[in-house]
Amino acid sequence: MIKWFRDTGWRHLVAVLAVAFSLGPILFVFSAAINPLGTLSSSTLVPSGASLDNFGRLFTDTNFPQWFVNSVAIAGLASIISIFLSALAAFAFSRRRFRGRRSGLLFLLLIQMFPQFLAVVALFLIFSKITDLWPGIGFNTWWGMILLYLGGALGVNTWLMKGFFDTVPKELDESATVDGASHTGIFFRILLPLVSPIIAVAGLLAFIGTINEFLLANLFLRDGASKTLAVGLYGLVQGSDRNTNFGIFCAGTLLTAIPTVGVFMYLQRYIVEGLSAGAVKG
Amino acid sequence: MTTQLEGPATRALPAPEVEEARSTSLLGQVVKIVLLGLVVATAIWGAFPLVENEYWAGLALLLATTAGLLYLYLTPRHIPAKYLVPGTLFLVVFQIFPVLYTASTAFTNFGDGHRGSKAEAITAIQTASVTRVPGSTEYQLKILTRGDVATGPLAFLITDPKTGQVSIGDGAGLKPADAVPPAGYTVLNAGQASARSKEITDFAVPTSTGAIRSSGLSRAYEGKAVRAYDFASDSIRDTTDGKVWKADDAIGSFVAADGDRLAQGWKVGVGFSNFTRVLTDDTIASSFLGTLVWDFLFAIGSTGGTFLLGMFCAIALQSTRMRFRGLYRILMVLPYAMPSFAMLLVWRDMFNTDFGLINNVLGIHVDWLGTPITAQLAVLLVQLWLGYPYMFLVTTGALQAIPAELTDATKVDGAGPFQAFRAIKLPLLLVALTPLLISSFAFNFNNFNAIYLTTEGGPFPADNPNAGATDLLITYTYRLAFGGSGAQYGFAAAISIFIFLIVAVVSGVSFRRTRAQEEVYS
Repeated sequence: MIKWFRDTGWRHLVAVLAVAFSLGPILFVFSAAINPLGTLSSSTLVPSGASLDNFGRLFTDTNFPQWFVNSVAIAGLASIISIFLSALAAFAFSRRRFRGRRSGLLFLLLIQMFPQFLAVVALFLIFSKITDLWPGIGFNTWWGMILLYLGGALGVNTWLMKGFFDTVPKELDESATVDGASHTGIFFRILLPLVSPIIAVAGLLAFIGTINEFLLANLFLRDGASKTLAVGLYGLVQGSDRNTNFGIFCAGTLLTAIPTVGVFMYLQRYIVEGLSAGAVKG
Repeated sequence: MTTQLEGPATRALPAPEVEEARSTSLLGQVVKIVLLGLVVATAIWGAFPLVENEYWAGLALLLATTAGLLYLYLTPRHIPAKYLVPGTLFLVVFQIFPVLYTASTAFTNFGDGHRGSKAEAITAIQTASVTRVPGSTEYQLKILTRGDVATGPLAFLITDPKTGQVSIGDGAGLKPADAVPPAGYTVLNAGQASARSKEITDFAVPTSTGAIRSSGLSRAYEGKAVRAYDFASDSIRDTTDGKVWKADDAIGSFVAADGDRLAQGWKVGVGFSNFTRVLTDDTIASSFLGTLVWDFLFAIGSTGGTFLLGMFCAIALQSTRMRFRGLYRILMVLPYAMPSFAMLLVWRDMFNTDFGLINNVLGIHVDWLGTPITAQLAVLLVQLWLGYPYMFLVTTGALQAIPAELTDATKVDGAGPFQAFRAIKLPLLLVALTPLLISSFAFNFNNFNAIYLTTEGGPFPADNPNAGATDLLITYTYRLAFGGSGAQYGFAAAISIFIFLIVAVVSGVSFRRTRAQEEVYS
């Protein structure tokens, strides 16, 4: 018995404690979401009753479906495009030797460290001008937000991907060249399929990051119909509504988690592989 | 097409020039033509408003960029640039340019009261001092807006009762209206107007002698400015009591002889004074230092705590003989997939003194977010919950990459499991994960959401409402830049340059001390 505990028993103990720590707050959100009273002061860890009232109110009293569509569209498009852009750049940094390569990489690392949201005043002024000239890509639009997020497309992701690209042997490229492949052929037909784990991971990280982005969205999406989940849900628990709307807020939180949790479970295997290989190569 | 068999076998890639000329599939050509067509179409779409508004410099820039793109993708040369340019374009427009712009404001007094030019400040001062003169004309007023009725910019539509002339006025002045209501404007109804009555009361349309202001929601009058600008002496004079404020171009304000300053100033360059203020102004220097220390503790605590817990769990779950590993893993990493902005708000309420979950479950009554130490512990705990699943995943991956022979060898040499871990696995793990730990540190050093959505920087000491116990430099700076007590963009920009230097130095030094650098430059 003691031997069992020393070998595997303690492992189960650690795992159970960790799972309890992880699930506690989520269980709280869940029970608050199905709590018929729907206030913060009446919420407990174990649900005291069950009803779908909060979900109903979320759909009738708020713009939740619209926020959801906005969030998924903006985060989805922005992460797909930005992953493609950084994969292109990572390909150049990993496979090509050119003047300014070294300084380019360092520069990408440095620019990330400037607290970007402090450029918000400048971005705001730029977007005021853009809204005047091209209202279709200005404030309160999907494309405006996507353009803004694409500014950060090159950066951490490029580094993560470059590390992974480096692990694919260069001999593959060479033999493909011998067989007559152009550089675009090498990129699209040979490298991209081989690095799909890191594409999946970077894509998921970008998606989670964009869904959670609050500050810029809060400043740039003012109209009720253009808000994202972060902005909309935050509005529900602001000021005096904090206690009364807590149930609806938790219902919204649970529904927001569905797409990420789904993608996350689907990509689990890739994630471990991709993160570690990218990390090892820096 | 395999004529390049004798190509340089030792080089990673053959000379770029020959490459493009080789097999380019039909599909590739079609995609290329379509994409370049899209670029041209976008440029044409973008050009019309520029021409309409006569922004010739912008148009030239657009043309040059489009021409550059077409050249780049139609010539076989510059292959690295073909891959780097798309992302770089966005980087330049939406990141580098705004950052440089921000950095340049660090040398100005830009902020509330110092927003525009001197001429705008003079207009604003004169307009604000307008008072009604008995017997002045009373106009009929309609309140208009461009854009959203609740937030859009206001304008006045006034009708002269004598001439019947209808004019429209906004912050720039009065001009004749072409239609009622003019194109692009909406008229506010009584309810919408009274919701914004405070704004409407403050709103004034400058005229040559004073300004037009509202009196109620349907009447307006033209008043005379009490304070007038005198060009010859470059000063503002109050016509009722004769007080004079002289323009001081060094600080961008009108200053009276007794030191009194008018609230409305203008934007001027102030050199390094924002930077020296951080270091020399006693209240700011001490709160800056305190915030900096806590910021380091927070970043190190968040990164280190999540790493230690994540690594411990990864080691515990590493045994292949263990059952339910997959299930444990999925349940453990769930916090990582939850929307973090929402969970931060939930945690804030879980720390609530009266009906928060933590106090309820533990049966205690602690004012978690009310005292500095408990609030700091609370935000660190939240960070641990949010961050350890990520570290767990990463360490799991890195542990799998360490060959089993290494640990077997230590067993042969008689080392216990703990010794083997310390001597073999931990160093290897650290080499692998240092770059990630550094970027995690840099991220947490500026982790705005973690603080703003939980404690908003509080609790605050009674004597300083600007720097709270859990404030990071970034939330502190945010409050300076956008907070309630008047925006100070110039000063906030100076602090963000300090933040940038600190993070850059810390990261640079740590990178140098790891082998990461060699990997990157190889």
